[in-house]
Amino acid sequence: MRENVVYGDLSQIPKEKFVFVHDGERISDKKFDDKPVGYFKDAWIRFRKSRASVVAAVIIILIILYAFAAPLLIHHSASFMDPSYAKKAPRILACLNAGFFDGATKRDFSERGLVKALSVGIGAEDYDGRGVALEEGMESYYQPMKSIGQSRTVINAAKKETSIYPGRIDTYLEVGFVYKNIPQSEYKKICEWEEENGLHVFYPLVQDNEWNMDYSDANNWYKSKKGDPVTVSEDGKAKTIPYGPGMILEDNYKRDADGNLVYWEYSGGGSFETAQYRVRMLYYNYYRYQNGMEPEYIFGTDSQGYDLAVRLGDGVKLSLLVAVCVSVINFVLGAMYGAIEGFYGGVVDITLERVSDILAGVPFIVVATLFQIHLAAKVGPIPSLLFAFVLTGWIGTASRVRTQFYRFKNQEYVMAARTLGARDRRLIWKHIFPNSLGTIITSCALTIPGVIGQESMLSFLGIVKLGTAKVTSLGTLLSDANGIWTNYPHLMIVPAVFLSLLMICFNLFGNGLRDAFNPALRGVEE
Amino acid sequence: MRMAKYIVKRVVLMIFTLFIISTMCFLLIRMLPRVLPQEKVQAEAIAARWEALGYNEPLLVQLWIYIKGIFTKGDFGTSWYIAFRQPALKVLTDRLLPTVLVNLYSLIFATPIGILLGIYAAIRKNKWQDSLISTMVMVFVSVPPYVYAFLVQYFLYFKLGWLPLQVYSLADAGNSWLSPKMFYSMIAPVLALSFGEIAGLCRFTRAELTETLTSDYMLLARTKGLTRSQATVRHALKNAMVPILPSIIGSFIGILGGSFVIEQIFSIPGVGTLYLRAINLFDYDVFMVDCIFYTLVSLLAGIIIDISYGFIDPRIRMGE
Repeated sequence: MRENVVYGDLSQIPKEKFVFVHDGERISDKKFDDKPVGYFKDAWIRFRKSRASVVAAVIIILIILYAFAAPLLIHHSASFMDPSYAKKAPRILACLNAGFFDGATKRDFSERGLVKALSVGIGAEDYDGRGVALEEGMESYYQPMKSIGQSRTVINAAKKETSIYPGRIDTYLEVGFVYKNIPQSEYKKICEWEEENGLHVFYPLVQDNEWNMDYSDANNWYKSKKGDPVTVSEDGKAKTIPYGPGMILEDNYKRDADGNLVYWEYSGGGSFETAQYRVRMLYYNYYRYQNGMEPEYIFGTDSQGYDLAVRLGDGVKLSLLVAVCVSVINFVLGAMYGAIEGFYGGVVDITLERVSDILAGVPFIVVATLFQIHLAAKVGPIPSLLFAFVLTGWIGTASRVRTQFYRFKNQEYVMAARTLGARDRRLIWKHIFPNSLGTIITSCALTIPGVIGQESMLSFLGIVKLGTAKVTSLGTLLSDANGIWTNYPHLMIVPAVFLSLLMICFNLFGNGLRDAFNPALRGVEE
Repeated sequence: MRMAKYIVKRVVLMIFTLFIISTMCFLLIRMLPRVLPQEKVQAEAIAARWEALGYNEPLLVQLWIYIKGIFTKGDFGTSWYIAFRQPALKVLTDRLLPTVLVNLYSLIFATPIGILLGIYAAIRKNKWQDSLISTMVMVFVSVPPYVYAFLVQYFLYFKLGWLPLQVYSLADAGNSWLSPKMFYSMIAPVLALSFGEIAGLCRFTRAELTETLTSDYMLLARTKGLTRSQATVRHALKNAMVPILPSIIGSFIGILGGSFVIEQIFSIPGVGTLYLRAINLFDYDVFMVDCIFYTLVSLLAGIIIDISYGFIDPRIRMGE
């Protein structure tokens, strides 16, 4: 039972009822157990929570890594170019039998076209003129035809029934044989290489007679009339042989008086050192001789024969470089301009606003074009592109900074700082400007996809001409594909995927940053 | 009255801006070395005409001649290469219709779809429909227009064969830009243009509508006894439309500008292709008119958006 005393007057509480709470303890502010969460840390915590933005950031980093690592990982240097292997489909050696990334495309073949394609594989085995059957030719490693489907009959333009064979063909092996003039010394070297590796590069030359329809085409090695394979009987009469399992192509190789196959002939040059040989070679193995490996292009090759994977890396690098430069310059210019406008206000503000109004009215494409025409010859296309972006790009940043300054410049803490004697410069940069940092960083991040898009559009339209051996951009690669990509889809798909991926990820990343820095603006789109 | 004053002020400012930009463009373009054709007789004839038209005078005199020509005769210079000796302005206006048509079709197609999708996403906010639409919108807004053009060409022409690869020439489509055959061949570019527009409009609508849906007057409307759909249609949608309508009106003006890339890919003989041809052929007078045209279009779009705000919602103060 507690003693229940009611004290009418508090001053009458007896002294002995009072006890010290903190007897002998030091009373002071407790230290925080946690570290303080600063502005950027706070933003980082919020940013981490948005999964899409984090994924986007990771993808961006991966693409940047790819752009810088591509020249190291891929064995073709940026200037490596092989016109014989231009516009070829993606090919990875490990996937040769996988049905994708095997350098093959689907195509419909006429009977003649099919025989021509098959003849590469057959001819590759027929290096000694012994006569190779279709079956052996199909087994050949150099057989470009990956698969042949069921034929179907169609009626062609001349109202004749013809058979069409759907099939998949390896576009690299399809190149087949080529004629080339090489110095004698190289001929010797290749012969040694052939011996070492047990591969054939040189093949017998072909006779220039009525059975050889096109003398410049080294793939016409079999007897043919109008492209149809024929057999020639004793009396010189020709019989057309159709495509079928028993097909044997009769070779049309050049033979000397003794019946030996001719592999080379003089094509020029007098002395021993300068003598040139004209030879017929299997390009695939010649490529192996030159590069020490079979052709492997993970994204295929572009219209000139550059490795698209390397070009792509260069393009991404250039696009990002331009974008980051523009965004940094816009950051600096916009921040200064907006700060001056917003801080001083009045006449300064009105005048500067007029100037930026006029600049904002200039259509970007006009600026870019004029700068290209005037400056590209003097300072190069990339700097003039940068100038064009910078001329009008900072206006958005400036107006955002200006708004922030109007919001904060009359607040009490600024007045307090002014009363304490802070100068204008200190007020602007130390006290007010940090408030607008979040908006500026966000707008910087969102500038990047815009610049990448604009830049690729300009180079796509040919207003900015970047297509040199050293420099390329994603837009240039795409304009390269324009018009021919229906036959070579990889020319368009690969750069388009990279470009779209970059744009999507930068937009997501920028949105994430905006939500992180200004939680109040979440969901508001600009 | 205040409105009229505001409009006059904006228009005067616009003309001033247009004048300054055009003058800068003019000076920059006239500074370029002019190119004469290879053929001698024609080159001499053109050179003589240039001399007579004062193309060899000092720059400021040229500017004066140009301005005088515009105000007295409506003469914006002459095309020398694209359409020999035709007035540059006529060359431009001849190519206006295809550009406008393609963009108008795509706007008519995209606007309702974009707004409806936006409304649907806003109503289903934070449900799976919303996140699906928002993700798609993010993708479609980011992907550049020529990728759509490629996709449309690839699937609708190459794979399915439904649409032609490029827009028919005028002769092929019965000598009229409005013929059904021409419309059919324009479907592909219209589609390619629409993806981005639908996505942009959808995003905008969703953002505005979600804001109005959570505002206090919606709560009041519900407490008065309106059903959710009634309140949404009568209150939220109306208010959300305030910023959306001006932007649609603005894009109606913007369609004059068209899209360079789409015109290039589908070989539409419009203003954008004219611009590129004028640069490539060094037809500087046409280039100049095109520059003025694009500047005017972008300035007009800005003004009309601002003014229409005032008409749609009189509470928005003018002249701030």
